[in-house]
Amino acid sequence: MRKNWIGIPALMILLLLPSLSVAQGDDEILTPVAEEQLEEPDPGLDVPGAVTVQDKDNDAGDNLLVSFELPANTEGIFAYNVYRRVAGELGEEAWNLVEVIPAEELPEFIDGYDPEYPISTGVLYEYRVASTTVDGEEFFGPIFEAGIVSKGEIYHTGKTKVLIAGGLFIFLIFYYFGKAQRGAKMYLRPIAGIEAIDEAIGRATEMGKPVLYVPGLSGIADVATIASLTILGRVAKKIALYQTPLIVPNRDPIVFTVAEEVVKQAYLEAGRPDAYDPDSVFFLTTSQFAFVAGVNGMMMREKPATNFYLGMFWAESLLLAETGSLSGAIQIAGTDAVTQLPFFITTCDYTLIGEELYAASAYLGREPKQIGALKGQDACKAIIMSFITVALIFGIIDVVANTHILDWLRDLVTTPIIE
Amino acid sequence: MKRTVPLMIVMVGGILMILQYFIPHQISQTVFAYYTDWTPIIVAFALVLGVGSLTRIHSHKIRRKAKNWQYSYAVLIPLFGMPVLAHIWPVSLSGGMESPSIFHFTFMHVQVSIQATMFSLLAFYIASAAFRAFRAKSALATVLLLSAVVVMLGQVPIGELLGRWLPETGLWILRYPNLAAKRAIMLGVGFGMLATNLKIIFGVERNWLGGTGK
Repeated sequence: MRKNWIGIPALMILLLLPSLSVAQGDDEILTPVAEEQLEEPDPGLDVPGAVTVQDKDNDAGDNLLVSFELPANTEGIFAYNVYRRVAGELGEEAWNLVEVIPAEELPEFIDGYDPEYPISTGVLYEYRVASTTVDGEEFFGPIFEAGIVSKGEIYHTGKTKVLIAGGLFIFLIFYYFGKAQRGAKMYLRPIAGIEAIDEAIGRATEMGKPVLYVPGLSGIADVATIASLTILGRVAKKIALYQTPLIVPNRDPIVFTVAEEVVKQAYLEAGRPDAYDPDSVFFLTTSQFAFVAGVNGMMMREKPATNFYLGMFWAESLLLAETGSLSGAIQIAGTDAVTQLPFFITTCDYTLIGEELYAASAYLGREPKQIGALKGQDACKAIIMSFITVALIFGIIDVVANTHILDWLRDLVTTPIIE
Repeated sequence: MKRTVPLMIVMVGGILMILQYFIPHQISQTVFAYYTDWTPIIVAFALVLGVGSLTRIHSHKIRRKAKNWQYSYAVLIPLFGMPVLAHIWPVSLSGGMESPSIFHFTFMHVQVSIQATMFSLLAFYIASAAFRAFRAKSALATVLLLSAVVVMLGQVPIGELLGRWLPETGLWILRYPNLAAKRAIMLGVGFGMLATNLKIIFGVERNWLGGTGK
């Protein structure tokens, strides 16, 4: 009886245990099933196919060309998310989303432009692409190994035409350098603006008023500024000889330091180091219109007899030149900024247009090598003019004879935009 | 020596930069980045020299009581006052955090306004320059005047009302004669830049070293 009393609850426990285990097991089995059901692709949403990776030409080894096969059925696909990871890395966190391509665009892109996920040279990557619904739900395709690694090239094949043209230009410059040094006489077309420089400095000397020289508002990296500083050296030397006061306000601090040195050295070369005024070259401000206000104020207070505006100018060109004109100064301007040239031409007595600014130093110095460089430039322009003339003739032939020889010439001389 | 070393640095640096343009390799890019990284450092040091120059000149003016010396205070007080208000004493007008600082207020209501005023003056200056440029003193000036009138009228709705030919002619002037002239200037500028760069790299042009380069 006692045995039976123990046996009944034991039997009950034994009977209950399987039911308890079934209840617990239900939870374990059901949850993954439910999850699987969530991850199971929508029957209408297909996944992309094979991913193809190529090394991009003419790069530093930091780009890969990635393309993939579109799914057979693209219905319901909003975009494709492309993921990348280093081959061999495991875990979901190793994948980086490197590109999102809208469904209507071509399934290809250059990987490596995103600075957050750069491509490293010589590293093997794996890719996978997911079809994405408009709600952001992703359906992943298989993982593909890139098969190749990215490597940098030592020559940009897309720049061969630039290399040939540059080489030809350098050759012509050096050819005329040599010719000028051998004493060949070379004609230089007179430029009124450059010839007026002496006259303008002389005028200031006679009037006992200062000369204002603005070397543009751009930085030292601008070639126009460098050209302006080379002219400043020659102008300052003449000013030093005539002992005329000079004012050189600067907008860029580096240009200021160079201009200061150029003027100081010019006074030294002129044999008048004592006449150099350390306050003549100064930094004003980096702010464009504050600089204009400062220089315009000087024009109206100091009334310089001669104003030089040589270098790079923007919207302030007219404000400066018109104020100078109102102050009664003789004005010589020069810039390579095409949009500012009309303002200078209107308000200044003489204007150096574009390349004349670069030629001014050679004109003032009359050194054989400098003149040779000018002739080299002219030879290059002659080549360009020949091409334009040939293109014009080809264009007429194309219209008359219905040919396409102008396209051939265009392909020969033009180069695609290089990123 | 004082001239040879800078010339050598420029020549080597210049040739390296030319080669770098044709070499896309990582090493070439690193050298280029290394060179360009120096620029902001040099600018920072040059700015100190620049501010020093400005301070020296205006201090001299005040000390010597030179002509218009009072204006020098208008330069020196904001020059040193604004950094103090921005970094050392960034207080607001009311003392609270919501209200803008005195620096912000001064910048927005003094500096920005003055700069906008300077820029606005351009409209009046353009009118005065246009009046001078468009005086039909000669046959060429008359052509310029007529072209300007057609282009300007072509850009505004009244031009379209006056006749369809007006905007079309204006566009033709802009697209052909005007663009041809602009391109000719730009070609010359391009060659001028190249020649200047080559002259500097190969030491033909030395004026940037000071004086006339002799």
